[in-house]
Amino acid sequence: MGIFEYAPAPESRDLANLKSHYRPFVNGEFVDGSGEPLKTINPATEEVLAEVGTASVSDVDTAVKAARKAYTGVWSKMPGSERAKYLFRIARLIQERSRELAVLESLDNGKPIKESRDSDVPTAAAHFFYHAGWADKLDYAGYGPNPKPLGVAGQVIPWNFPLLMLAWKIAPALATGNTVVLKPAETTPLTALVFAEICQQAELPPGVVNILPGAGDIGAALVGHGDVNKVAFTGSTEVGKAIQRQIAGTSKKLTLELGGKAANVVFDDAPLDQAVEGIVNGIFFNQGHVCCAGSRLLVQESIAEELLEKLRYRVSTLRLGDPLDKNTDIGAINSAEQLAKIKGLVESGDAEGAQRWTSPCPVPERGFFFAPTVFSDVQQSMRIAREEIFGPVLSVLTFRTPDEAVTKANNTPYGLSAGIWTEKGSRILWMANQLRAGVVWANTFNRFDPAAPFGGYQESGFGREGGRTGLEAYLDV
Amino acid sequence: MSDRISVAKTYKLYIGGKFPRSESGRVYPVTDTKGKFLANASHASRKDVRDAVSAARKAFGGWSAATAYNRGQVLYRVAEMLEGRREQFVAEVSASEGVAAKKAQSLVDASIDRWVWYAGWTDKIATVLGAANPVAGPYFSFTVPEPTGVVGVLAPQQSSLLGLVSVLAPVLATGSTAVVVSSADRPLPAITLSEVLATSDLPGGVANILTGRASELGSWLASHGDVNALDPTGAEPSARADLAREAAGTVKRVLTVPDAEPDWTADADISRLRRYLEAKTVWHPLGV
Amino acid sequence: MTATTSSSAATATPSPLADATRDEASLRRFLHGLPGVDQVGVEQRAAGLGTRSIKKAAKLWAIDTAISMVDLTTLEGADTQGKVRALAAKAKRPDPERPDTPQVAAVCVYPDMVETAVEALRGTGIHVASVATGFPAGRTSREIKLADTKIAVDAGAAEIDMVIDRGAFLEGRYSQVFEEIQAIKAACGSAHLKVILETGELATYDNVRRASWLALLAGGDFIKTSTGKVSPAATLPVTHVMLQAVRDWFVQTGELRGVKPAGGIRTTKDAIKYLVAVHEVAGEQWLNPDLFRFGASSLLNDLLLQRRTQADGHYSGPDYVTVD
Repeated sequence: MGIFEYAPAPESRDLANLKSHYRPFVNGEFVDGSGEPLKTINPATEEVLAEVGTASVSDVDTAVKAARKAYTGVWSKMPGSERAKYLFRIARLIQERSRELAVLESLDNGKPIKESRDSDVPTAAAHFFYHAGWADKLDYAGYGPNPKPLGVAGQVIPWNFPLLMLAWKIAPALATGNTVVLKPAETTPLTALVFAEICQQAELPPGVVNILPGAGDIGAALVGHGDVNKVAFTGSTEVGKAIQRQIAGTSKKLTLELGGKAANVVFDDAPLDQAVEGIVNGIFFNQGHVCCAGSRLLVQESIAEELLEKLRYRVSTLRLGDPLDKNTDIGAINSAEQLAKIKGLVESGDAEGAQRWTSPCPVPERGFFFAPTVFSDVQQSMRIAREEIFGPVLSVLTFRTPDEAVTKANNTPYGLSAGIWTEKGSRILWMANQLRAGVVWANTFNRFDPAAPFGGYQESGFGREGGRTGLEAYLDV
Repeated sequence: MSDRISVAKTYKLYIGGKFPRSESGRVYPVTDTKGKFLANASHASRKDVRDAVSAARKAFGGWSAATAYNRGQVLYRVAEMLEGRREQFVAEVSASEGVAAKKAQSLVDASIDRWVWYAGWTDKIATVLGAANPVAGPYFSFTVPEPTGVVGVLAPQQSSLLGLVSVLAPVLATGSTAVVVSSADRPLPAITLSEVLATSDLPGGVANILTGRASELGSWLASHGDVNALDPTGAEPSARADLAREAAGTVKRVLTVPDAEPDWTADADISRLRRYLEAKTVWHPLGV
Repeated sequence: MTATTSSSAATATPSPLADATRDEASLRRFLHGLPGVDQVGVEQRAAGLGTRSIKKAAKLWAIDTAISMVDLTTLEGADTQGKVRALAAKAKRPDPERPDTPQVAAVCVYPDMVETAVEALRGTGIHVASVATGFPAGRTSREIKLADTKIAVDAGAAEIDMVIDRGAFLEGRYSQVFEEIQAIKAACGSAHLKVILETGELATYDNVRRASWLALLAGGDFIKTSTGKVSPAATLPVTHVMLQAVRDWFVQTGELRGVKPAGGIRTTKDAIKYLVAVHEVAGEQWLNPDLFRFGASSLLNDLLLQRRTQADGHYSGPDYVTVD
């Protein structure tokens, strides 16, 4: 077909050092879990990658006890400058093993190697690096002199950025002096367990970090455990609400990072070609499995046609396929379950009268894949404008004036992020002021940095991760 | 029994990432505290100061434009290199300061840890010292701290490594570049530190280290039109007023330092970081 | 759809855009009304496309295509007939031991060297391109620029690489720049015209987009980044902006115009990044020497070395390619 076909450029699978069996990490060692082992699959091929031992409720108790012992006996007594050096070591080890981690992440999660290599893994290392520097500077964090940690943190993370979400949770917790028990997502446990190896290589004192693979019931057991002082959850709004209900009335501190339905607002004076890039990045990066995805394009009516034409052309150049191929832009959907959810919502879009366009890119026969799709003529009342699809599906709505853009953008119970595209500085700042979203990107999208706090308004959760603000979640202040 | 003859090191200046001898050709003997000869150190001249300032200025653009994260990584790498040379530093500090090995070891460890402390500051300075300003009008106003430029540093005379690290690391952490005059009588750890800097990823010219006499070179730094700030720690207390007067000629930022050398083992604070930063306030209207 | 390259004689602007060039005010409004280019955004896209991994058959194809797109160039005060003849020989047989190596697209010289080049390349199908209009600075009168062009055209140049008046552009005298391009285009006769924007002096991507459109409106067959005498010369982001301009031009008018980055492209790796940009920004149609050229001199040898490496299976060395 094309005269410039890119030959397959696969990253080597062997770099992942895949084992046939992985085990939970408790008190500095890999131990057998007494839960039913799970099989984690490669969503691009549906083949089994490995068997992973899981925790049972009693394992949760063992892990929390280990975390408590490490907290009381070692970690809370250790000067911040020494804690810092452990975190610096971990950051360096992540950098050293970055290629292995990137390949493993792509195998287990389905995201393109180019993203795990260039985005997920380096940013995870950066989080440890950044937070290492806070460990002995908490007096300067604005929470008064000598702020104290909370104790043991129970952390539950999602499958969309497995290693990065682990970094967002563990780095600030450890830097502030807490110990952790973390449950990775059921479908993506592997990089968390390699992280556990890294903790061993860093000679982190046993019990400071504990990793328990398992499903939702184990997450609930961890969250509900009486000796956990702090709960941190990133995942669906539905589960977040359940957790908030579960710990209501207890003294546990809670932070939640939940779903979103972000508006990406493009004005008629936007830098158009870069706006197209930002839209594409906003909804197709990580196959749209992003809580802060720009899943609603709000485009000023006067330029809508021109923009959509450019957008469709651009989307048709996106390469969908083998996540391990370095030229792949869009990888696999993480699970059959998620693929079914996406398809269901897409069908609702058709049924409710939106205009669907799907990229003509070839789609692999095996594995869970969904071609990038753009719905136009979407109205606020449609499900595809209100519900989080968590897939590579963009809903396009129009607006006439800045006020109308604000109204439509804010017309959602979510409030995680938003995008603004205009060359006019005052409008950027005015819009940013008006938008009810915890993260506002202007003339860019999906930018993450450990120094920049991240989190949502309303049903997108509460609490922030990153920056000075993010330390608060793990301090007794 | 034949003792192996060691290969003695030549100690030179560190300017622009390279190790030149003083352009004056001068050297002076350095001894341990008992008078035993250790080495001939380069005796830096005003022209070396001139060249060092020029190198520091040249390096400032790139160093200040690097991301704070990148600077933090580079400075942490310096700490890695310092740790690798621990034994060498212990021997040099012990000889230079006349302290026992155990004490020297704790000084060297404190130096490395202090360097790590400053490395972790690079990407936090803006958060701690910057601000969004709640002005009374439809404006977004924010203040960011920016590195001041080239800083002239007269390193402490007594503390040959820990004191040196304590006055140099904060300059680099802010994104400024440094011209350092080392301790006159105890310069050797400074040059070994230069070797560490040269083998880390620190770009040439970001730090420049001159061995010689603060009493001779201090006023050349203080009066230099292309130096933005001055740390007079290594100057005689009686000479500091004169230096401050000279510095006034170009409205330099001059650090206030105690008469006697402080106890460098005490926890550091951020007063040095603040001195090497300029606050820039920006305004922009909000409107459709 | 059949593409029409703009005809040489008439400078009729396609009708959707005729209003834009009606007068100075209209031209300014049009150019200033083009969407801005976000610097960070365009540089990020260029860097992202630079991570494409082009291997094996795709790499071989890319190397051969790049060779066929080279405008082999010598533009030195010290150029002699001997130098030009040596370059022409290289153009004809880039790798004497590998006769299946493609020929380059053109040889690019100063106007007074055109005759020598034409003679040396007679019958090969390789074009002779000439710089003109007071290259590289372009700081001289209209008369001299036209005369410069005439010398080259009369001597047999099939392609003219002109420079725009950057001073006039930066002063906002867009009509003057526009009319000058039109005049040179007329003086080209049947030769095709490349318009050098000198992007390094235009300084901003917004200016590069405006200058690109100005040159396309005025009838340039190709827009070219640089003279190669000013740094920065060609860069990937600047080329992105120009590729986007010719794509947008095509969408609006149906006409295909070309792009030529020149200066600073030294390695095969760089060249392949440019081809990826052409492919993904403009489109497949531009992946041929009629619509994309590399202005380069040392690039060719690196392409030849890499070609050998792909074919022989081991790294080659500079002694295996000719120095001309």
